[in-house]
Amino acid sequence: MAKNIVIVGGGSGGTIVANHLAGELKQQISRGDTKVTLVTDTPNHVYQPSFLYITINQVRLEDYTRSEKSLLKPGVELLIDPAVKIDTAGHTVATAGGKTLPYDILVIATGSYLDPTTIPGLAEAADVFYTAEGAEKLRDKIVNFAGGTILMTVDVPHKCPAAPLELIFILDDFYRHMGIRDKVNLIYTYPIGRLHSLEPVANFAAPEFEKRGINSETFFNVESVDPQKKVVTSLEGSEVPFDVLISIPAHRGAHVVHDSGLGDEDGFIPTNRYTLKADGYDDIYVIGDATALPISKAGSTAHYQADVVTANIISQINGLPPSRFYDGKVACFVEMGLDKATFISFDYNNPPVPLPVSEMIHWFKLSFNEIYWLSQRGLL
Amino acid sequence: MADKVVDARGSYCPGPLMELIKTIRKADMGTTIEVLSSDSGSARDIPEWAKKTGQELVYNEKAQDGEYWKIAVKKVK
Repeated sequence: MAKNIVIVGGGSGGTIVANHLAGELKQQISRGDTKVTLVTDTPNHVYQPSFLYITINQVRLEDYTRSEKSLLKPGVELLIDPAVKIDTAGHTVATAGGKTLPYDILVIATGSYLDPTTIPGLAEAADVFYTAEGAEKLRDKIVNFAGGTILMTVDVPHKCPAAPLELIFILDDFYRHMGIRDKVNLIYTYPIGRLHSLEPVANFAAPEFEKRGINSETFFNVESVDPQKKVVTSLEGSEVPFDVLISIPAHRGAHVVHDSGLGDEDGFIPTNRYTLKADGYDDIYVIGDATALPISKAGSTAHYQADVVTANIISQINGLPPSRFYDGKVACFVEMGLDKATFISFDYNNPPVPLPVSEMIHWFKLSFNEIYWLSQRGLL
Repeated sequence: MADKVVDARGSYCPGPLMELIKTIRKADMGTTIEVLSSDSGSARDIPEWAKKTGQELVYNEKAQDGEYWKIAVKKVK
């Protein structure tokens, strides 16, 4: 009987696993011994790091959008139909369209979503750049901004932990080029006692803030927002007024995870940090933002995990235990303005050390923005 | 004895303190949360945040094998 491998989620992690499996299991798939199905809720695949550049009108959303179908290798069956329930006892995935997909091995790659409802007033008052619609809406404010205070707040948990810092540096450069930097008050806030969770990055950012006149407040966790008065109040007792509020709201795991009783209270799935199997399940793997692992929710994380999950699924099909281990690796480019960047990588055992800031790394990041599509096709 | 344990060992980003903040926001008043961290900075960061926000630091100690820290904070406000 054919082995059914079902992947839920067509983001970076799900797409790479599907393509790797289609390559590795080509013969089994063509013989009908194995079936690889990717079920996702949208026909389009968007390169999320482009949102940073969309916000300042440097690129357009359509340039960083592909159809999911165009990214998948032959051999992957694509079903565009939101998964609504995972039945772990019956080993099936039910979709909104009424289909029931049986699985022998399931990969949950359902990502995360932004939940501004956790803080009173936030949804009404804040702009976001972590979604396509949000980035385009914010872009219109940013490029037409004539002066005033732009305040950035960060809630936990959130993905791409470098992006808030990147945007503030980019905005500093952007308004210098627009000739109105003296009219723009940039205020960056952060939940812990320094400018970034990674101490070397924070140490590195602090003198840059000083030099560029970017204001900041640390130990700042948003408690409430008054959309009428345009003031944010923090848990730590401070009040900051704004004209534009850019927020990174707390993220939550996908509804299907929550509705299937699989996640923790935030909808993230307890997962073995090495094998990436869902805790308590022998036939479920979890990758990317969907895990409850205390590591960065980032595209690179999903990519490295996809390699491990693919190898472990193939072992399992061949009757071997999963014996490829994820080492916690994460890698990030960090833009420091419009024309320079740094790069960090780290894992469970090795803390990050930022590379010296250079124009070269900025160009490397811009190059990756284009070659991302190759990584999705399993070519990188 | 902690009511909840947050195992943040091997976490650099977002890091153990962020994991604690996330958990404490959701916790009931009076809950004690123990954070396990392999980052020595946590032994400094977490007590500093607890003090700043008026939460109670219950203990801050190195685990017996010396490889990680155990820091417990009680939600009191």
